[in-house]
Amino acid sequence: MNTLIQIAYFSAAVLFILGLKRMSSPVTARDGIVWAGVGMGVAILITFFWDGMQNYLLMITAIAIGSGAAWVSGKRVPMTAMPEMIALYNGMGGGAAAAIGAVELLKGETHGFVVLGLAAIGGAIGAVSFSGSLVAFGKLRDLVKRGGLFPKDKQKQINIYVLGALAALGLFMVIGKPFVVVILAFFLLALAFGVIMTMPIGGADMPVLISLYNALTGLAVAFEGLVLDNAAMIIAGTVVGAAGTLLTQLMAKAMNRSLTNVLFSGLGTVETQISTEAMAGSMKAIEASDVAVMMAFAERVIIVPGYGMAVAQAQHKIWELAVLLEARGVKVKFAIHPVAGRMPGHMNVLLAEAGVPYDKIYDLEEINVEFPQADVALIIGANDVVNPDARTNKSSPIYGMPILDADKARNVIVIKRGRGTGFSGVENTLFYADNCRMLYGDGQKMASELIHGVKAL
Amino acid sequence: MIEGFVALYIFMLAAFTGYEVISRVPVILHTPLMSGSNFVHGIVLVGAMVALGKADPGSSLELAIGFIGVILAAGNVVGGYVVTERMLEMFKSSKKNK
Repeated sequence: MNTLIQIAYFSAAVLFILGLKRMSSPVTARDGIVWAGVGMGVAILITFFWDGMQNYLLMITAIAIGSGAAWVSGKRVPMTAMPEMIALYNGMGGGAAAAIGAVELLKGETHGFVVLGLAAIGGAIGAVSFSGSLVAFGKLRDLVKRGGLFPKDKQKQINIYVLGALAALGLFMVIGKPFVVVILAFFLLALAFGVIMTMPIGGADMPVLISLYNALTGLAVAFEGLVLDNAAMIIAGTVVGAAGTLLTQLMAKAMNRSLTNVLFSGLGTVETQISTEAMAGSMKAIEASDVAVMMAFAERVIIVPGYGMAVAQAQHKIWELAVLLEARGVKVKFAIHPVAGRMPGHMNVLLAEAGVPYDKIYDLEEINVEFPQADVALIIGANDVVNPDARTNKSSPIYGMPILDADKARNVIVIKRGRGTGFSGVENTLFYADNCRMLYGDGQKMASELIHGVKAL
Repeated sequence: MIEGFVALYIFMLAAFTGYEVISRVPVILHTPLMSGSNFVHGIVLVGAMVALGKADPGSSLELAIGFIGVILAAGNVVGGYVVTERMLEMFKSSKKNK
């Protein structure tokens, strides 16, 4: 039986890697998840036959509860809420890794020093990922308010103190005989650390954070795999840990922020110093009908979608508008900033849902040279990723982040619900620029009015 | 326990594999891929099952923690799969339409 289990785990590991590989190309992506799914199914089924297993009734009940709840929520959730759902499911994985660590530590005597240490490290990482992901979920759902628990200048110190305490407690737990109270205190502290660390982070940093927790959960799973002698867990966990770390770095790099900066600087927690009075000029409103005329007679239009488009579910209307404009001979392109929305590729997913073909969608580097030739840049629900302050204003919290140069287009139209600052709480000088007009209203409603306007011409 | 150094080798090779697999992913697939890798670490369910299966039936604390672990892990697996599958389904249908 043992050989059979090992063969099943081995095949699962191979299928996971091949699945991830296939998921990295749009053509084969659909099969990729199925391959990984088959690997997972095989690994789970064979685990029932592990030697000396008990508590089957509890096990099956738990699987039924967990998978039932996740099935219903996963099927019901709208596409716009994908980022927080990924954060939630990821947190659950982290929590499971922490639970494994806790159970193994409770069994204390049967394990050696090294194994206990691995269980503690993996468990702590899993616990941090669990509570941190839950806070991230709450923040994206607006259940948790923005802002840290402590003053900004104290945050870094407190992080270090709590982490130090956690390490000391862990060492005490592993070297000494692990008492139940100490083990519980250790995990409670790890959970608290996840909350304390995540609370001050917000704004455009959220995608980076979710990606980081994804990588951390992978790592926690790998550690617990070492504890349990489970090669499938070691390999799958490490692969996810490495891939997630790379993805996190890519995202942080796209924003020109180091990872430590993201974690400790707390963007969006403080009111920015720039007051509205200090802005040159004012926001100038425009009517949808005027925008429709402007776009219909333009030669080149670049559409810049952001999280606002996701909230308004406006992607279908926007694509309808683009098709209409193309029929009139207007060249329409979509410009996507790497961190637009709340996840990398969030906008790509939404545009794909609406049926926008890949060859109309351009990356930051490809499209930025084209903005000066564009007649109209239509910004729908994006804010920080087009803020020219990132290029020019050294005091801005987002200074240095590469942005889409939408301000260089001849005309800039911003569809926005109100006058307030964006998710990150940073004032946007673009809105005050001479070539910029504001179209106030819900994204989907405004897109419909634009379609109506273009059709009427 | 898998021999110390063998474990280290597995760790290193898997890390490189993960790095290589994702480094060629176009931005367009970043969200589905993050979701897919989120599903893959759902393999933690296997470990959670073993932890619960080998827990001392006399210790209600071990049983309770193990039980919660399996619930969470099963959520990770099923939720991760459903969400990823839905996202990738969209890519497919959008290609057929055009």
